[in-house]
Amino acid sequence: MAYFSQQLINGVVLGSIYGLIAIGYTMVYGIVGMINFAHGDIFMIGGFVALITFLILVSIGLTFVPVILLLVLLVAMAMTALYGWSVERIAYRPLRHSFRLAPMLSAIGMSFALSNFAQVAQGARVKPVPPIVTGGYTLFERSGFAVQLSNIQIIVVITTLVLLALFTYLVSRTRLGRDMRACEQDQTMAALLGVDVDRTISMTFVIGAALAAVAGMMYLLYYGLVDFFMGFVAGIKAFTAAVLGGIGSLPGAMLGGLSIGLIETMWSAYFSVEYKDVAAFSILIVVLIFLPTGLLGRPEVEKV
Amino acid sequence: MGNERTPPGFAAALKKASLSAFVALILFSLMVGVRTEAGPTGQLIYWTRFGELAGLVSAVFAGSLILELLRSWFGPLDTGKFIPAAADGPLKLAQRFFPLALLIFTLIFPVIFYEKRYILDLGILVLTYVMLGWGLNVVVGLAGLLDLGYVAFYAVGAYSYALLATTFGLSFWICLPLAGILAAFWGVLLGFPVLRLKGDYLAIVTLAFGEIIRLVLINWQTLTGGPNGITGIPRPSFFGIPLTPGDDGFAARFGLEFSPTHRVVFLYYLILALALLTNWVTIRLRGLPIGRAWEAMREDEVACRALGINITTTKLTAFATGAMFGGFAGAFFATRQGFISPESFTFHESALVLAIVVLGGMGSQLGVALAALVMIGGFELFRDFEQYRMLVFGLAMVVLMVWRPRGLVGHREATVFLHHRTEISAELSREGRG
Repeated sequence: MAYFSQQLINGVVLGSIYGLIAIGYTMVYGIVGMINFAHGDIFMIGGFVALITFLILVSIGLTFVPVILLLVLLVAMAMTALYGWSVERIAYRPLRHSFRLAPMLSAIGMSFALSNFAQVAQGARVKPVPPIVTGGYTLFERSGFAVQLSNIQIIVVITTLVLLALFTYLVSRTRLGRDMRACEQDQTMAALLGVDVDRTISMTFVIGAALAAVAGMMYLLYYGLVDFFMGFVAGIKAFTAAVLGGIGSLPGAMLGGLSIGLIETMWSAYFSVEYKDVAAFSILIVVLIFLPTGLLGRPEVEKV
Repeated sequence: MGNERTPPGFAAALKKASLSAFVALILFSLMVGVRTEAGPTGQLIYWTRFGELAGLVSAVFAGSLILELLRSWFGPLDTGKFIPAAADGPLKLAQRFFPLALLIFTLIFPVIFYEKRYILDLGILVLTYVMLGWGLNVVVGLAGLLDLGYVAFYAVGAYSYALLATTFGLSFWICLPLAGILAAFWGVLLGFPVLRLKGDYLAIVTLAFGEIIRLVLINWQTLTGGPNGITGIPRPSFFGIPLTPGDDGFAARFGLEFSPTHRVVFLYYLILALALLTNWVTIRLRGLPIGRAWEAMREDEVACRALGINITTTKLTAFATGAMFGGFAGAFFATRQGFISPESFTFHESALVLAIVVLGGMGSQLGVALAALVMIGGFELFRDFEQYRMLVFGLAMVVLMVWRPRGLVGHREATVFLHHRTEISAELSREGRG
């Protein structure tokens, strides 16, 4: 039971990171109707920016950890958001009204370009960082196995919850959120009613990228390393999470992220580590056979 | 689009370029301006590279300025402008004979470049991708099913041949059809669960399928050798006569002096034959009821079902046919390399083949062949810049998509039509041209 609880905690933490990335996928899909393949690499860029900012801050003599974390978070979010904005501007906006495959291929190209860019700019080797946040609590101990809850795990989960709350508020209560929902339903009509569609779509990418940057920073804190290739696998898994939860649905993305995180952790804990990704992908396929629109997705009404 | 607008002047272009340069400065400030590396003690160290940063930013500024000026002088890019009306007739004629000329050139290619091993190898590589492109074209171009895991079938074909040949000692000519059949079988296996899925859901499931196959190949060490792959895969024989320097080898039998080029030329014609087979089968299938059903399904699945076309068989045959050609290509790849490992079957390959199909105009056979030539040839040009390869490839994909989303050459049309070919298909009207 103790072992299970520990895995449950690990799974929820991992799932939170996936969920944060998945929100970016699901938002973009909801509004533009395309798979933003480069999103995983935006997450990777977020991790790198966080790493570099952290190094600079430490070298100029900052030692108070909460301030460092806050500054790193802000810089990473702002800079990665600009990456998201630029990617949309360069690769997706000219293809907005093209056929479905065009933006997707352009996104795949952008994904390759971004990961190779990070490789060229920062080197191919894995970048380890010393643990920034240390310590934790022992929740309970049973039959010689202590269930640990580390501070960093608490930070990850709390940050995710706070961001989720903020984000839900943004989408349901603000002008921007209303514009976003309007564009999701009918772009032409929204434009006729005075919604700046281009700006709304740009903002969607910016917010998605900022959330991915948070995920990238959490990944850096939690695993203590970044490399140029981490965006691909994390991106596919987060997209799997978005599809699993029902693409286009925000609570679905979080639910899907948690499911994928839990499946992965539990599978590694009880079966085999090697096949954890196979398990996650297989479950995606199985779910889609029985629920083709995902767990919380709305069934698409087909009009002839 | 922007024809009514007054062309912006130099000042406007300058303003835009400065803005781009400013954005680039922020984007690259940390990623390029600061370089991190694990130092000698394992601790991360960093150093600054402001020179590179300045160079990149000014390059962005100059590029953006030139692009803006070109745009304001020439207006929106339209290739139609560059071809005068008088050239239309000869151009049509050239268009008709171009495939034939290309075919003849491909046939005599090894004769021309017999001495140049490197060019022959490149030819084989291009033809392999032409074949893969034509194979995927059945699934994506004809049937309209978005497959992001095509490399899985390539892998199945390669591993089938490698395992059958190294374990049971079967010859290439027995293994080739077996590899095709096995790959087709996997195609059906993938096809079943995705019967109800559409569009992007289909894309992600096929992508997941491709990843599953690759992960299994890496982890099932006892069968596949894991990351080390399979070595010592037998080379193909000239219909039973080995291409070796020995007494019963090809050269001795035909009274020629032995040369390793014989094998390369043989491999070239082998993949050419396989590719042409793919092309021929596809063209024939297009005229058959099943091919027409694929195209109909691509245009409108609901209408298709209403007309009594069995969607299940139509989809499964499309997956199976495409997978079979992928399997053939995989078996060829294994015998050419003599060594395979999961590294050859990553998502990059799937994306590359899909890019070839889309740039080829989705459904146009000639277009796919030319796109393969451009992509693989372009890749080779950047051989010396190995580390920038994916960067250039990725950006090229973006630029080509933005510039010509409908493909470099040709566009797909229906094989059968009622009175006259119409250009306005469902996709075009969605683009706003209908």
